[in-house]
Amino acid sequence: MTDKPGLLAVEGISKSFVGFKALDGVDFTVRPGEIHALLGENGAGKSTLIKVLTGVHQPDAGVIKIDGQPVAMRDTQHAQHLGIGTVYQEVNLLPNMSVADNLFIGRQPMRFGFVNRKLMEKQALELLAQYDLHLDVSSDLSRYSVAVQQLVAIARAVDMSGRVLVLDEPTASLDRHETEILFAILRQLRARGFGIVFITHFLDQVYEICDRVTVLRNGKLAGSALTAELPKIDLVSLMLGRALAVATHNTRHDRPVPAIKPFSFKGLGRSRSIAPFDLDIGEGEVIGMAGLLGSGRTETAKILFGIDAADTGHIRIDGHPVLIRTPQDAVACGFGLCPEDRKSDGIIGDLSVRENICLALQAQKGWFNRLSSREQISLADKFVKALDIRTTDIEKPIKFLSGGNQQKVILARWLATNPRFLILDEPTRGIDVGAHAEIIALINRLCDDGMALLVISSEIEEIVAYSTRVIVLRDRAHRGEISGDDITTSNIMQMIAAESEGASA
Amino acid sequence: MIRLNTAALTKAMPQLLSLMLILFLNYLAFPGFFEIRLQDGRLFGSLIDVLNRGAPVIILAIGMTAVIASRGVDLSVGAVMAVSGALAATMTVAGYPLPVVIVAALGTGLACGLWNGILVAYFDLQPIVATLILMVAGRGIAQLITEGSIVTFTEPGLIFFGTGSFAGIPMPILIAVSLLVVAIAVVRRTAIGLLIESIGINRSASSYAGLNSKLLLLVIYGFCGFCASLAGIIIAADIRGADANNAGLWLELDAILAVVVGGTSLFGGRFSILMSALGAVIIQAMNTGILLSGFPPEYNLILKALVIIVILLAQSFSSLGGWAFLKGEFRSKGGKRQ
Repeated sequence: MTDKPGLLAVEGISKSFVGFKALDGVDFTVRPGEIHALLGENGAGKSTLIKVLTGVHQPDAGVIKIDGQPVAMRDTQHAQHLGIGTVYQEVNLLPNMSVADNLFIGRQPMRFGFVNRKLMEKQALELLAQYDLHLDVSSDLSRYSVAVQQLVAIARAVDMSGRVLVLDEPTASLDRHETEILFAILRQLRARGFGIVFITHFLDQVYEICDRVTVLRNGKLAGSALTAELPKIDLVSLMLGRALAVATHNTRHDRPVPAIKPFSFKGLGRSRSIAPFDLDIGEGEVIGMAGLLGSGRTETAKILFGIDAADTGHIRIDGHPVLIRTPQDAVACGFGLCPEDRKSDGIIGDLSVRENICLALQAQKGWFNRLSSREQISLADKFVKALDIRTTDIEKPIKFLSGGNQQKVILARWLATNPRFLILDEPTRGIDVGAHAEIIALINRLCDDGMALLVISSEIEEIVAYSTRVIVLRDRAHRGEISGDDITTSNIMQMIAAESEGASA
Repeated sequence: MIRLNTAALTKAMPQLLSLMLILFLNYLAFPGFFEIRLQDGRLFGSLIDVLNRGAPVIILAIGMTAVIASRGVDLSVGAVMAVSGALAATMTVAGYPLPVVIVAALGTGLACGLWNGILVAYFDLQPIVATLILMVAGRGIAQLITEGSIVTFTEPGLIFFGTGSFAGIPMPILIAVSLLVVAIAVVRRTAIGLLIESIGINRSASSYAGLNSKLLLLVIYGFCGFCASLAGIIIAADIRGADANNAGLWLELDAILAVVVGGTSLFGGRFSILMSALGAVIIQAMNTGILLSGFPPEYNLILKALVIIVILLAQSFSSLGGWAFLKGEFRSKGGKRQ
């Protein structure tokens, strides 16, 4: 190997948790001036490796070297001192404090024993100017978007450590434009000689920005290569350890649109949330819903499911008028919703997989009509098997499962109620490639079984793959519908982009 | 039942050991502590006394467990006790028949609880603030009812709830145990227990799952108010009078403490009513022991604080996987494995 010496290298790292080997003899090297993608399915050991790199966990075996010198990383502060900064998936900042406070917390410039705000804000401005960010540093961080918060977190990490930057899924909650800004900054840091570790689920981004890629699988090193020398299909099979067998080509365009549409929403809307829209859905149809973040996709789902009450419009099911003011009403009509924000609106973290699966059915059956323990267990077992939910047992709290498996549990929760109309809001966000393919296969299967589905997704290729019709949203309104052979990525993109220039910032 | 297994017993170990230790210390301080005798058809003895004195807090802790499991807290139970005690005493003096008095007093407690529930569930007030309102106002209402004086009564029917006995067992114990059995049966034989845990852990996700979390919260707070009025009747019956200023004073804190000592987290979620009752018994055993030992009562509060610190530390030690920690296997925050 003729590589430059590693800035940060680990050799033969192993780490076990009680009864579980999270890392097994992993080697990993970050060189100066490179962006290094760290990939793997959920549970492959990425997070554990990062926690070892940043001093959160102590490895059971193996060495960590910085500039070729072995070091014993004591804790995160020590890691920072050695030049390793981290930005975690959930940004570790204080939204109720000012931008400047967030940048300098714990190391504010002092004068006479007080924080010298003037100096601190001046330094904050200078620091952010390096990234072409011009913010009001004295206002609360929460005023800014997640993307800006992320950039502030990066600025802080870079300023504090200065050699290696670890980013754990930084683009998970960013839209396209914001991602571009982030990438520009990463390129700039790379030019300055930083070693950057980049964890993501988006393979396109790996090819867009990363120089090298390392793949973990089941706690072991699956492979490491220069991105330019690794075709995408090989990368995917490295991650999965098997050939990918997913129908990513649309099979549904030629399907006749059903003549009878039992679910009919007319003029449904809510002020300052979503402009009134019409929607008719038939059984065995998958309606794809595309649009940028904030275009009104989630708002549509919330109104359909009664989370937010509609101001206008009316709903008919099988021709009968119904009122949906609460989720209970929606469930009574045979609706189900897998929400966008799995952690805050989906899972009940401390409850077991079994209880999470049974929850919606139990809520529907009523307080006094308890599912017996035996019924609960058989229901949970059935869905764990049917959806291939990976958990050591059904009594495990759901918070210990990986994102993809949590998503499957939420899906199981609704499938247990035997719904007629299922709304999936970003069902594949933040989950690994394997689970991703399984969820798409499941959507197709449910559709074949005659369920009506509405699927919201930011991944347009995915929408193209399973939708019978596609609705495009823009600026909090439904702007158009595409069906049949017109469902292509470029058509959808064009419709999303139409007239929205100038509003993109 | 899944819940009555060895794991549950292991989890209850800190509390059971504490109780045994306190009872043993009580025995050292007062050798006659474990003696129980039958006199005039009623059981007497220090152990019986612990349960009898502890009954009001046990009853409060039953309602409080549900509230805390839903990630709330009810500060008003002491004041609600005073209100229903005052109402029961005043109505009795005014000559109303016993059943009417009881129904009115319990109904008032229920109404107070529902009021709290409406503020928390439908107006989205923080539970600590919402119930603080009634904690302050309740004593005022009680004073209005008694017109500022201590109302005493001699009606044997009402007094029976405080000092009477049935089959040798004092009424307060009987009432507390019956309520305990019924409450446990209701939460575990129906889905209510699971649903309370669910909204306590994540109310938003529970609502998304189609659970009527507002109605459930209303019922929980209503039940807590009902429990408070029951405790209020017992205390009024015991002293044969209603003291609007002192009845149930600070008992909301004992009730919260009992729940916490019983292992239910103030952050809501998993709960055990039985363990809360055990917590109440531990607190009362301490109170009784300190009185029996002849320590000046000033020491009572300090000793209580010490014992509680020990119990809570023991709990947090075992819930954090303390034994694994000793072996150097400490897992940070639930050991997220990725």
